[in-house]
Amino acid sequence: MFGTTLLLALRSIRRHILRSFLTILGIVIGVGAVVTMVTLGKATTAAVQSQIAALGTNILQIRPGQGFGRGGGGPRPPDFTPEDVTAIATQIAGVTAVAPQAQASATAIYEGANWSTTINGTTAAYFQVQPWPLASGRYWTTPEEQAGKAVCIIGNTVRQNLFRGGEAVGERFRLGDVSCDVIGTLSTRGQAGFGGDQDDVVIMPIKAVQRRFTGSRDIRLMLVGVDQRYQTAGVQSAITDLLRERRTITDGREDNFNIFDTKQISDTLTGTTTALTRIVAAVAAISLVVGGIGIMNIMLVSVTERTREIGIRLAIGAVANEVLLQFLVEAVVLSCLGGLIGLVIAQAVIAGLTPLLDVPWTFDPQINMIAFAISAVIGVVFGYFPARRAAALNPIDALRHE
Amino acid sequence: MASDAASLIALRNVTKVYGQGATQFQALKGVDLDIAAGDFVAVMGPSGSGKSTTMNILGCLDVPSAGTFLFRGHHVETLDRDERALLRRRYLGFVFQGFNLLSRTTALENVELPLLYRGDEKRARRATAMAALEKVGLDRWWDHTPAELSGGQQQRVAIARAIVTRPDVLLADEPTGNLDSERSVEIMELLTDLNRESGITVLMVTHEPDMAAFARTVVHFKDGLVERIETQHAQGEKVS
Ligand SMILES: Nc1ncnc2c1ncn2[C@@H]1O[C@H](COP(=O)(O)OP(=O)(O)OP(=O)(O)O)[C@@H](O)[C@H]1O
Ligand SMILES: [Mg+2]
Repeated sequence: MFGTTLLLALRSIRRHILRSFLTILGIVIGVGAVVTMVTLGKATTAAVQSQIAALGTNILQIRPGQGFGRGGGGPRPPDFTPEDVTAIATQIAGVTAVAPQAQASATAIYEGANWSTTINGTTAAYFQVQPWPLASGRYWTTPEEQAGKAVCIIGNTVRQNLFRGGEAVGERFRLGDVSCDVIGTLSTRGQAGFGGDQDDVVIMPIKAVQRRFTGSRDIRLMLVGVDQRYQTAGVQSAITDLLRERRTITDGREDNFNIFDTKQISDTLTGTTTALTRIVAAVAAISLVVGGIGIMNIMLVSVTERTREIGIRLAIGAVANEVLLQFLVEAVVLSCLGGLIGLVIAQAVIAGLTPLLDVPWTFDPQINMIAFAISAVIGVVFGYFPARRAAALNPIDALRHE
Repeated sequence: MASDAASLIALRNVTKVYGQGATQFQALKGVDLDIAAGDFVAVMGPSGSGKSTTMNILGCLDVPSAGTFLFRGHHVETLDRDERALLRRRYLGFVFQGFNLLSRTTALENVELPLLYRGDEKRARRATAMAALEKVGLDRWWDHTPAELSGGQQQRVAIARAIVTRPDVLLADEPTGNLDSERSVEIMELLTDLNRESGITVLMVTHEPDMAAFARTVVHFKDGLVERIETQHAQGEKVS
């Protein structure tokens, strides 16, 4: 009985190949569009969030000058001193740690391999402000930090390129003119949207960098860790007051430094991507509706043809339920086929687009199932219900249908 | 006229009302009719006299508004939709003026359809359907779709489909209505042959006396009633 029904349904699909194709097309468009858009939207949100996470939340970045895009003429504002770092760390409530940073770049050389990279000179506070676990080895000790020894902790990219992925801890390599000992390797962080590859870095005690690379005691960047229980805005204004005083800025004159609040940026970006995801979901829902209307149209257009066909089948002795089952099976087969094709196409499009958009590939089973289910229901409802109405007619009325 | 007991089909005071209220129309006003097994009956009468209505009721495609319909002595008017479907499947074959074949479906698959619903195995189905096509002289055309067949050929496919289950009764509503006279005669010869060789009771509506001449019994309808019934002993000879 069911075998016969399946046979009849498959025959009908084959005979009405255009109608079947258009039905499938509607479902493919619906499922494909929804899954692609929602998945990419979520991937983008995830990417933005991971970039924000990489920046670290609850961190204030302090630089000399008047922030991005301003400055220009006039004398260069002075850099910060180690005393500024101590003052902020000890005098401001809510500050967990302050890490000064001095940056330089140099070419690293090891056994014929060379790699040019960024040197980040800082103190142990850096790893407090922005926790970064080691893959192997150790952090430097306080004596090493105070002596400004040329010990370094290297990022994974440097390890890969200089040591070809082999063990680096305990090795000695040249960084510019300086010979450095590797004491630790960092765990992988990956791409960050703003700063490029975060793993392409060599971290050393700030004194070593100042003495051997930058040649000055000046600090061009401070990272301030803020206790979770404190508002970054309050801490920020306290630091502003302190620095204005220390840099003897008289009332009415502008700051010659800027404080960048990553929390604030992170909130803004998260809000934006959430809004974006909602818009994308709305567009996706529209495509699902469009796909659904497409299916509906095809089914309704063929209702006359189908009603007559049902009349013929009833006239030659089919029981109404047999005819209905056939139409149901047909609708289910088409809907599932369309749904599966839609899912496959969506995955292909997602796989193709994620590298271009620079977002991580993700698979969200929930949206796949929802899109599939909705399209299947539309297909089945519009394939089945007109048939049900037709099968309720007297055969002769179904045959006369116009 | 045959007695009730021997009648294959008996209609008693059958009425049919279409529509409701102001647009209500009584198409049959109390039809009494007996048809004996093995008969070849032509139904004639003016347009709108209720011929098709009667045929549809006899073919279990429609139900009477009132009255009794006995088939092999069983009451049909009390059966439900599915029981009527099974009755059609088992005992009745219907041929329409407009052929009513499934489009985009080969002649063989059209003829196979009633066997499919009956649950025949594939091999038996093919063989039986092919034999029916052979009987109507279309076995060489088995893989043609209706669009690739002439009107006469399509009607012969429809007849093959109607007889493939070896029904007791073949009902045909103006089977030659869409055909030229040469094709019509071929169809009539086929029906006569089925009636004689296979013993199928044939009921046929026609407007043309030439076609009615092939029948043994002619039933005349008028205004929703049976006006008179005549019996013909041989082709073309009328004996009242
Ligand atoms: N579905 C219907 N709804 C309403 N009235 C109908 C319906 N079918 C038939 N009738 C009416 O019932 C009457 C009998 O119709 P029927 O089709 O039985 O006539 P007929 O004898 O077959 O005529 P013809 O020779 O033209 O085919 C006609 O007046 C027709 O208009
Ligand atoms: Mg008629």
